[in-house]
Amino acid sequence: MIQLSRWKVTLVALSLVFGLLLAFPNLLTPAQRASLPGWLPKNALNLGLDLQGGSYLLLEVDVAAMREKRVDNLIEDVRVALREAGVASNQITREAGGAVVTLADPTRQDAAYEALAALIGPVNAGGNAERQAQRLGDGRVRLAFTRATMDSMGATAVDQSIEVVRRRIDSLGTREPSITRQGTERIVVQAPGESDPAALERVIGQTAQLTFQMVDFENSVAEAVAGRVPPDSQLLMGADGLTPYLVKRRVLVSGENLTRAGVGADQSGRPAIDFRFDGQGARRFGETTAANIGRPFAIILDGKVISAPTIQGAITGGTGQITGSFSIAEASELVNLLNGGALPAPLTVEERRTVTAELGADAVAAGALSTAIGFVIILVFMILAYGFLFGGVSVIGLALNGLLIIAAMSLTQATLTLPGIAGLILTFAVAVDANVLIYERMRDEARAGRSVIASMDAGFNKAWGTILDANITTLVAALIMFIFGAGPVRGFAWTLTIGVFTSVFSAVLVSQVLLAYWLKTARPKKLPIAE
Amino acid sequence: MSWWPLIKIIPIKTNLQFVRFAKFFGVLSAVLCIASIASVFYPGMNMGIDFRGGAAMELTTSDGRALDLEQVRGAVEGLSIGDVGVQGIDNDSSAILRFQIPEGEAQSAVVERVQSAITQEVGTVIYSGVSIVGSKVSGELFASGLLALGAAIVLMFAYIWFRFEPQFGFGAVAGLVHDVILVFGLIVLMRLEFNLNMVAAILTVIGYSMNDTVVVFDRLRENLRKYKTMPLRDVIDLSINETLSRTIITGVTAIMVLAALAVFGGVALFGFSIALMAGIIIGTYSSVYVAAPIILLWGVKRGEFAEDAKPIKLGMASRP
Repeated sequence: MIQLSRWKVTLVALSLVFGLLLAFPNLLTPAQRASLPGWLPKNALNLGLDLQGGSYLLLEVDVAAMREKRVDNLIEDVRVALREAGVASNQITREAGGAVVTLADPTRQDAAYEALAALIGPVNAGGNAERQAQRLGDGRVRLAFTRATMDSMGATAVDQSIEVVRRRIDSLGTREPSITRQGTERIVVQAPGESDPAALERVIGQTAQLTFQMVDFENSVAEAVAGRVPPDSQLLMGADGLTPYLVKRRVLVSGENLTRAGVGADQSGRPAIDFRFDGQGARRFGETTAANIGRPFAIILDGKVISAPTIQGAITGGTGQITGSFSIAEASELVNLLNGGALPAPLTVEERRTVTAELGADAVAAGALSTAIGFVIILVFMILAYGFLFGGVSVIGLALNGLLIIAAMSLTQATLTLPGIAGLILTFAVAVDANVLIYERMRDEARAGRSVIASMDAGFNKAWGTILDANITTLVAALIMFIFGAGPVRGFAWTLTIGVFTSVFSAVLVSQVLLAYWLKTARPKKLPIAE
Repeated sequence: MSWWPLIKIIPIKTNLQFVRFAKFFGVLSAVLCIASIASVFYPGMNMGIDFRGGAAMELTTSDGRALDLEQVRGAVEGLSIGDVGVQGIDNDSSAILRFQIPEGEAQSAVVERVQSAITQEVGTVIYSGVSIVGSKVSGELFASGLLALGAAIVLMFAYIWFRFEPQFGFGAVAGLVHDVILVFGLIVLMRLEFNLNMVAAILTVIGYSMNDTVVVFDRLRENLRKYKTMPLRDVIDLSINETLSRTIITGVTAIMVLAALAVFGGVALFGFSIALMAGIIIGTYSSVYVAAPIILLWGVKRGEFAEDAKPIKLGMASRP
């Protein structure tokens, strides 16, 4: 019934008050917003990176490479353990999650098994260890990661990577970065503002895997370059990418044992990196250096030998210095990486989108201009088509609709993107559709000979079902965009969704209240929009 | 002023015989659909980097001097990174550069190479927007885009089936598929870039086209109940005529507003608003000439008191 029911008036008045209250912070500067009293809403529209400028990076954790590497380490452990136990092996065969050893002397199987069983790692509460040792018979033994370990490696690597990436980005001083997991193997980094995307990518792209390994001086580098690399050694390149080094595979101490790194200077005053090991690292480094005085060892970062100094004496204090040809900037970046910890697996940048703040501001200006022009067009058109009263009512509804959309977007902190602004403009255009449907119904009913009140009443009632159907279809489209869409498209979908609700509310309820008030005060004899 | 409000001079009830021309427009639609589908294969869509992978950079001269596009093109030509698209925008001092990342090369390395070549040739420029999409991600984005379009059509079908009757569902979906195909055709014809935003535009067209169809169907259903003995084709004509003024007003409003967006919204939203405008025109047309006539072909159950209406042959023959 078209009448001024109290609850409808209250609802419209409340929506106006809350709309104003929630949309109001958008008129303030960030500083003014921060100084608002606590009970007032403080949130302004949350602009997407395409509008405020910033970088978006989609990173993929190379889990396969990490599994590969973990198996490499396992094989190295097997080699060392067997040597220390004095068990000779004919062959070590790599398999998916571990290695199978064929012993030279099958009768030593038990001794070999004992040696491998010491390598399974700590046993957890469920009675399972990370690795599993087995006797296979025929003088063969096997050490492998358990199924569960292999499966959880990916998730663990992603979690660790997120932590490391967060520490590294914080060290760049980036404002409010958002770092989230996407799917099983991906990380999304969103850094708003004027950050240098190249620096961001550089610090994220480096694994920062630091290891100390002995140089293999027993075998010739030239032989290795020619393809004959001894099984327990590997061929690596120097930081210049030209000088080959042959180093032992066994890792003496790794970056995990670092407690602190800092920028220092070597004897001739060039930038160097000072570091300190934890207790375990200091002990191992001390023992190794004591046993290898006069021999060179290699300091390896991400598979490149950055320096290979000769051990002058036992280093037992747990501190040391890495010298190389660093610039100050390189040295401090490296220090940040080392302090942030190594990534468990290499990260590859799969997608990168950067927008400067200026371009974002241009987009906001263009969007605001289009929205304003669109609004004026609708205003003029509706008043031309339906007159000041009925056209005006729909324009008031539209204005409230706009206010409510801004309020709802500010309240939910949904991201407003450039396509989202387009969604907003389109919502305006389609919002008048509900008014048009109602008015056309009224005209139909008036033509069928009904009174003003009856035809207005019927207009609202009969158009309602159609309005509902028509808007649910838009909601379905928005839902699909939300489920399947990527970033900016989701912003568009969200704007569309909020717009559907606010526009139905303002077109139906607001017009009803306004027109009912007009009916009550003007007591018209004829419907102004009827022929 | 007798002409104002304007709505008074729009006749409240027109008597246009839409169904009479259904055969002609049916053939026209079919031909256009086939042409559109063919155009997607040849000459093919102008895929954006979202779906093809590669890099897009927007560059502006730092001091506002005019940018010589030929010079930019020359700078990147010798880099052996395949085709580089250079497109000037808005003012003379900006351009968009699009290129592929050659297989096996690091994205950032290629981008750096291109940037340093441009700096050498053209001088200092500001890169206001850089997007790089890897081939893996672009494949996924494309697949999920197609999936979204498919899912939208299926869900719309389900909704109409649930709210109306199966015949209505078929009619609505035929209209939707028709609209989507023609919008694709237009995208090819106008060489608009097909990207993520475009998928959002097409999904919105689906929502709008459905909206439009639902308004017609709603009236059709109501009139089918009201005039139980009127021939189906006349009921369809009547329903379309009754909703015509609404169709025109809403359509015109939407198109005017989108035109404003196309003119003032900047490069990024131009293709988007053109596709939406086209979609709204096509969607309005299809509600009248694709969705409704399909119901006519199929026939529809007229409630328990009326006989089932038999499918009626479409044609230019005189009305019974």
